[in-house]
Amino acid sequence: MSSNSEITRNGLWSNNVALVQLLGLCPLLAVTSTVVNGIGLGIATLITLVLSNTIVSLIRGFVRKEVRLPVFVLIIASVVTIIELAMKALFYDLYLVLGIFIPLIVTNCAIIGRAEGFASRNPVGPSALDGLMMGTGFLVVLALLGGLREIIGFGTLFANAELMFGDGAQSLTVVLNQDYPGFLLAVLPPGAFFGLAILIVAKNWLDLRPAEKPEPAPPLPEGA
Amino acid sequence: MIAISRRQILISGAFLWLFAVVGTTLVAVTEFSTADAIVENERRVLLRNLLALLPADRLDNDIANDTLELPPSPLLGTETRSTAYRARLQGEPVAVIFNSVAPNGYNGRINLLVGVNVDGSVAGVRVIKHAETPGLGDGIEIRKSPWIRSFDGKSLDNPDAAGWRVKRDGGEFDQLTGATITPRAIVAAVRNTLLYYRQNADMIFE
Repeated sequence: MSSNSEITRNGLWSNNVALVQLLGLCPLLAVTSTVVNGIGLGIATLITLVLSNTIVSLIRGFVRKEVRLPVFVLIIASVVTIIELAMKALFYDLYLVLGIFIPLIVTNCAIIGRAEGFASRNPVGPSALDGLMMGTGFLVVLALLGGLREIIGFGTLFANAELMFGDGAQSLTVVLNQDYPGFLLAVLPPGAFFGLAILIVAKNWLDLRPAEKPEPAPPLPEGA
Repeated sequence: MIAISRRQILISGAFLWLFAVVGTTLVAVTEFSTADAIVENERRVLLRNLLALLPADRLDNDIANDTLELPPSPLLGTETRSTAYRARLQGEPVAVIFNSVAPNGYNGRINLLVGVNVDGSVAGVRVIKHAETPGLGDGIEIRKSPWIRSFDGKSLDNPDAAGWRVKRDGGEFDQLTGATITPRAIVAAVRNTLLYYRQNADMIFE
């Protein structure tokens, strides 16, 4: 049993899905060419995680061990399909950008990992919180990586924000340098690997630097 | 190995079945309640793409529903049936918009909407879907570069067949910086669409 603050810290930082567990890399690397794409997929994954964790926790008492994995997969697939349909109905333009990655959320190991590793052994409250925090940690990394690649690759920030927030959000787009020629490497898939590596380095550096606080930094958890 | 009784197997199976039913029901209910909004969204995006090729004052019909199903055609680059949209003003034909495919892009097929005026000239071309290299070949997108507008007003006689190539091949159309294969594929696809129109003009506005 974990305390709420421990669950929160695990999800956001010390056991972060993307930076520590290195799960869900396929969508992470594929869609993060801009902040808006990253946030879009991040929110979809976050909602999936909260719902699947909650449902799995609710049924944990009477799901039989032999069939628990097919049941989890069934739950996750249903949740993702419902989210996909809702997205098509509500944010169609964003769906056109992220479309092919939404069904892939089903195969994001982070989700079945949390269902099996946490939600199937914990009460509903902590399970939902775990989903929320793991999802938020993933979302933040997607957004950061998207921002990093967008600034370096295109010289903009929040381009195409109107896809998600409506036409009023067009003014959110920040053009940092009108004449920026663009840096192709950051936009292409290798740029995603470099960007993720930079974020992991930054996290480890923060963890390992000499403790300024009385409490020493927690040791690095082993990869899942 | 622990022996599992037949009863336990049945219970597990029933449990799994129950979840399949509940999950499928929820998905079906969601699908049912979002279907109208999704169709409307698809229509809106289609209409936006079509009207990008033809200014709204050139037509007064419901272009998204004035359609024609075309059989697969090598000139259109299509391997399955495709849809063409007919624009009319006060009942008179104005233009037709084809779904064409440039099969030989740098990274595979490039899906195009090609608008052809009733006189055989290009009303406009837009790239609907492609997998060309970001930063190089994606200059064919209207939001990245105005290149795709260089087809506007062109026809089979203007320029002649030799001119319907990129400049590197002795033709009239610019290539993109760092990308020749992509523009070459689109130039050929647009010209083939015009040829298709010339051969089938009678049938299109029957």
